[in-house]
Amino acid sequence: MKKKQNIFHYCKIQNNSVLLNDKIIVSEDKSILFSEFSKMLYHQIKLNYPKFFKMDDLSKLALITSEYLLTDYFKKTKKPNDISIILSNKSSSLKTDKQFQKTIDNKDSYFPSPSLFVYTLPNISIGEICIKHKFMGENIFFISENFNSKLINEYASSIIKNKKNSIVLCGWVDFNEENFKAFMYIASNNYIYNITTNKIDKLFK
Amino acid sequence: MEKEKYSKIMNSIYLSSNNIISSLGFNTKENIEKIKMGISGIKLYNTFKHLNEYTAKVENKILNKKFSKIGANNNYTKLEKMMILSLNDTISKSPFPITKHTALIISTTKGNIDLLDLKNSKLDPERVYLTKLGEVIKKFFKFYNDPIIICNACVSGVLGITVAKKIIKNKNYKNAFVVAGDIVSNFTLSGFKSLQAISEKPCSPYSKDRNGISLGEAAASVAISSISNSKNIAEVIGEGESNDANHISGPSRDGEGLFKSIHKALKIASLTGNEIEYICAHGTATIYNDEMEAQAFNRLNMQHIPLNSLKGYFGHTLGAAGLLETIIASKSMNNNYLYKSYGFNKIGLTLPLNIIKKNQKKDFSIFLKTASGFGGSNVAILIKKYNN
Amino acid sequence: MKELKLEVKSKIIEELNLGHLNVQDIHDNDPLFKEGLGLDSIDALELIVMLDKDYGIKLNDPTEAKKVFESIESLCSYINMNRLR
Repeated sequence: MKKKQNIFHYCKIQNNSVLLNDKIIVSEDKSILFSEFSKMLYHQIKLNYPKFFKMDDLSKLALITSEYLLTDYFKKTKKPNDISIILSNKSSSLKTDKQFQKTIDNKDSYFPSPSLFVYTLPNISIGEICIKHKFMGENIFFISENFNSKLINEYASSIIKNKKNSIVLCGWVDFNEENFKAFMYIASNNYIYNITTNKIDKLFK
Repeated sequence: MEKEKYSKIMNSIYLSSNNIISSLGFNTKENIEKIKMGISGIKLYNTFKHLNEYTAKVENKILNKKFSKIGANNNYTKLEKMMILSLNDTISKSPFPITKHTALIISTTKGNIDLLDLKNSKLDPERVYLTKLGEVIKKFFKFYNDPIIICNACVSGVLGITVAKKIIKNKNYKNAFVVAGDIVSNFTLSGFKSLQAISEKPCSPYSKDRNGISLGEAAASVAISSISNSKNIAEVIGEGESNDANHISGPSRDGEGLFKSIHKALKIASLTGNEIEYICAHGTATIYNDEMEAQAFNRLNMQHIPLNSLKGYFGHTLGAAGLLETIIASKSMNNNYLYKSYGFNKIGLTLPLNIIKKNQKKDFSIFLKTASGFGGSNVAILIKKYNN
Repeated sequence: MKELKLEVKSKIIEELNLGHLNVQDIHDNDPLFKEGLGLDSIDALELIVMLDKDYGIKLNDPTEAKKVFESIESLCSYINMNRLR
């Protein structure tokens, strides 16, 4: 069995810093709010994708994390035709839900916002990644109290077993009030044999 | 010859005991009876003071009366009562008990989102978290394992079945109970209104004058395993998923994602499009969705296959839709009956589809269920009649 | 009208999340949809909410909306003629 790629590719963004494959590549002051921090990352990675600014915070976080990870990954591996995506979190789209709720709370000032409403589903974050890269594989968004590496690994394995040479983008992207955390990694044929859920859980922390 | 064809499908799973709680009734039988009689659950309601819309709601008084037999009404939200009542029925009739090898799968789009409404603050606001919803249901039935919660827009209901298939095939679990549900809330009604997606009259899928959805609320549940059993009502023989990668809230014009999903499902089941005998489609009655489906089905040369949308009976039940409709379609198959596509009048698509206009007898053994949702999701599953 | 145009431009940037643009970047006669600002169907719906919320105008006809939303110029003329606030 050939092991082309032994490195576990992952990206973690939390506390205003970006960790890519064990290297801290961005570290900003913890007092900076996400709106500012995300703009910084947008420019740092030269995203050049104006649609970014229309997204809610959850989708912005998901897109940026995936950009760091995939840009790096595709430097070393040929970009496949299809990538499946499995993401998860605890809060669903709650931050955006509350913002939308504000637009309908007051009966005398009732102006439901369509641009907020379309982001009141967590799987939209997956949709945004798919749209940017034209990924037409399988998608699913799970909700759990903590990152469930076992479930996601098994689900990813199931996808990979059914289609050889397939790649699955897996992870966690959560917004709890102003606290955010994103952790994404690449699952592929080679990876299944190289990494354990224990290791993934350690990296997630 | 038949045995050969289906030998690949040793990896099938089976749907057995089930329940539907909706505007049409509190168990699957009641729901089917109403459909047979040509009754729709969509009515004009003035529920959120400033919102006067056609929706399909679960009758609160009856729900509370039934629920009071198994739990205290004050401790649960409407959605929790619907889901628990539904699961209770399904579990009580299930061919297998809950063990540590049993998964609990929950599908919903917005869960207890009505708790965000200031007036509904009687319960702990933390209950709005889907993890809390999961805990409540897990605790009620004393499931051993934490629930697998799917929150993936309007395909969540069908994903409940495909996820069950994956985890049982992988031998992570021996069997599963899937429950899917969503309520009609000020939140979702206002949201869809802001998208100009709510129909001014009861929805008319595939029709020329269609102009949007009618929201509905429901809970549906099913017991799933890989074991042959006399209680099995259907066999899931193929599945496929694909993202449109086009727009977050509108389907792609050429139906590429749906096309790919159906194509994948056919491949897994080793079937061609011609062998499908009935399509239970998504049919939300928006201008774009129904047209997109016509594109996808025609690309697969399936435009002649009898097809309906069940949303004229139940409204669009969001997270519940995929599961609820699969159960109805399975019953339809076992009854050797096709139910008319309620709300349909004159066809309004640029390509043909064979819309079922009248209830009719039909002996068939394979159908296709499809669902599409925000975020570009598309899911297709192939269901076969269960032969013991 | 000049003041209104400035006001509408900054509202558009704010409410349609065009954070990468400044008021000077938006020209009166640039197309708003497809080319120009490249707004989409959700933005159109959001503009309809803005007309209602900020100017008391209820724009329900999609054909009329298409004409109104052609450019800043057409949008502001429409607001000028129909505003209740």
